[in-house]
Amino acid sequence: MATEVDPQLLEKIRAAAQAARQAADTAQLYAEQVAAGAAAASGGAIDPFIFRLAIFALAVIVGYYVVWAVTPSLHTPLMSVTNAISSVIVVGALLSAGIDSSLGENSGTARFFGFLALTLASVNIFGGFLVTERMLSMFKKKG
Amino acid sequence: MLNGNIAALLYLIAGVLFILALRGLSSPETARQGNRFGVIGMAIAAATTLLYQLPSGFSSFLWVVLAVGIGGSIGVWRARTIQMTEMPQLVALFHALVGLAAVFVAGSALYGPQAFGIGVPNNIHGSTLFEMSLGAAIGAITFTGSVIAFLKLDGRMTGNPILLPNRHAINIGLAILLAVFIFAFIPTEAHFVFWLIVLVSFALGVLLIIPIGGADMPVVISMLNSYSGWAAAAVGFTLANLALIITGALVGSSGAILSYVMCKGMNRSFISVILGGFGGEIAGPPPGEGDVERPPVKQGSAEEAAKILLAAKKVIVVPGYGMAVAQAQHALREMADILKSKGIDVKYAIHPVAGRMPGHMNVLLAEANVPYDEVFELEEINPEFTSADVAFVIGANDVTNPAAKTDSSSPIYGMPILDVENAKDVLFVKRGLGSGYAGVENELFFRNNTTMLFGDAKKMVDSIVKALG
Repeated sequence: MATEVDPQLLEKIRAAAQAARQAADTAQLYAEQVAAGAAAASGGAIDPFIFRLAIFALAVIVGYYVVWAVTPSLHTPLMSVTNAISSVIVVGALLSAGIDSSLGENSGTARFFGFLALTLASVNIFGGFLVTERMLSMFKKKG
Repeated sequence: MLNGNIAALLYLIAGVLFILALRGLSSPETARQGNRFGVIGMAIAAATTLLYQLPSGFSSFLWVVLAVGIGGSIGVWRARTIQMTEMPQLVALFHALVGLAAVFVAGSALYGPQAFGIGVPNNIHGSTLFEMSLGAAIGAITFTGSVIAFLKLDGRMTGNPILLPNRHAINIGLAILLAVFIFAFIPTEAHFVFWLIVLVSFALGVLLIIPIGGADMPVVISMLNSYSGWAAAAVGFTLANLALIITGALVGSSGAILSYVMCKGMNRSFISVILGGFGGEIAGPPPGEGDVERPPVKQGSAEEAAKILLAAKKVIVVPGYGMAVAQAQHALREMADILKSKGIDVKYAIHPVAGRMPGHMNVLLAEANVPYDEVFELEEINPEFTSADVAFVIGANDVTNPAAKTDSSSPIYGMPILDVENAKDVLFVKRGLGSGYAGVENELFFRNNTTMLFGDAKKMVDSIVKALG
């Protein structure tokens, strides 16, 4: 049966395959150029920075939609809770407050800044979440 | 202890929980659940960090406990004792703390990069140094800017715009200087240049906020909210931490949207707010003065007001910041309760900029046990004024001024207002005839169907409650 296939059809398939290969080659070329550009910019392999930038851009978009969905009556709690969560900067403070002071001459300074940052961020975390909770508990329905 | 990939995944989970925390705020019913998601996210992020890299040695561990202990107790104490009227000040201070923490974390990343795995001293990657200086700069601007905002909101500094000569030139000069320092810092990694960046940013933060007047504070506080987010995001890039990057992006866009909402509520462009110079403390001539001949206003007593209210079927209360200053919200709710017990329909109408920060008035009413389903936003309630018998305006002025619609020469022209003029009767509780923040006279005061109730808002409402009794 296979031998009875219309030669014209075969020709068409071959042409389509050819076009696809060409397209793939072009795409490959473009990708290589982009990669080369990225590599030139980052001095080697594609920088993980690009990956982080993607996460960042997507989070901005998610934030845009989520915040527009917040009811205006809760805009004050929104602000206090964003305050609390932006104190996730505490992850940096924790790392530097716990640094090994034998690592170098400046590690004591690093640890001191970490200690200050950790104190400030802790005020915000505890204060922010608690005051948000306090406000939200006031919002009651009729009756 | 923890594998790096697992730690990154846990940070991602924390970031997602933060998104859910904001998502919860779409309705008061889900909001507390959302707040708990936020707490869980924070706990995951902190625990992941501690497990990923345990504090080295017992003394380090003690430092961590000490810092969390001190900071945590201050936070708990402030959260428990703060008055709801002082919420804007507290939020401004919290912004300041985030900003300063960003500066310190960037600083400690510079002095001890090994702790973050971003290199060794004097050999930190150029892009990391760029992100670090950006985080420190935005953090420093947020810090001093928020401190100024706090001082203005707290009345420790004049709410009037402080306009330096050539301030735009000074600001542009500082911004250029900042850029120069950042580009000098990247190839040299010089510590003193880092501190110069911080110093210039501190100055810039002060200079950006002092020219902005009291009336624009709701925009300023939202804007600083946004800045604190971008600072956190920049530090997140420095430390390659996903939780921090996601949160920074969320907070940054949240603050930007709130700024936009507030600007729209005042019909002000964001640029003109930033440039400053608009609106001071209560301005305008005291009662009786002014150059235009005006018909006398109709002045009423608490008893007359009570009579008008009792004759009504539908009352819309329009509270403004003056009500909160006089602490009249509890008396107001008492008044509403009496009216409701007599079968009168009572609703509250909130202007977007009714308080001193976004949503402030809603919190103040909620604190006075006003159910949230009786409180409506401008767009929802405006069509209802035509069917209302009484609009009870207390401590608000500019947000009811019809000049915003009719007088194109008025400074508040174009601002969305609450259409209290459409109600059959308007009761104005006010201290005097003085004009509001914008310094514009309100022609409503002189209309036939308006009754002015002069006096302290709380005392006046107390007397009305007595007269209703």
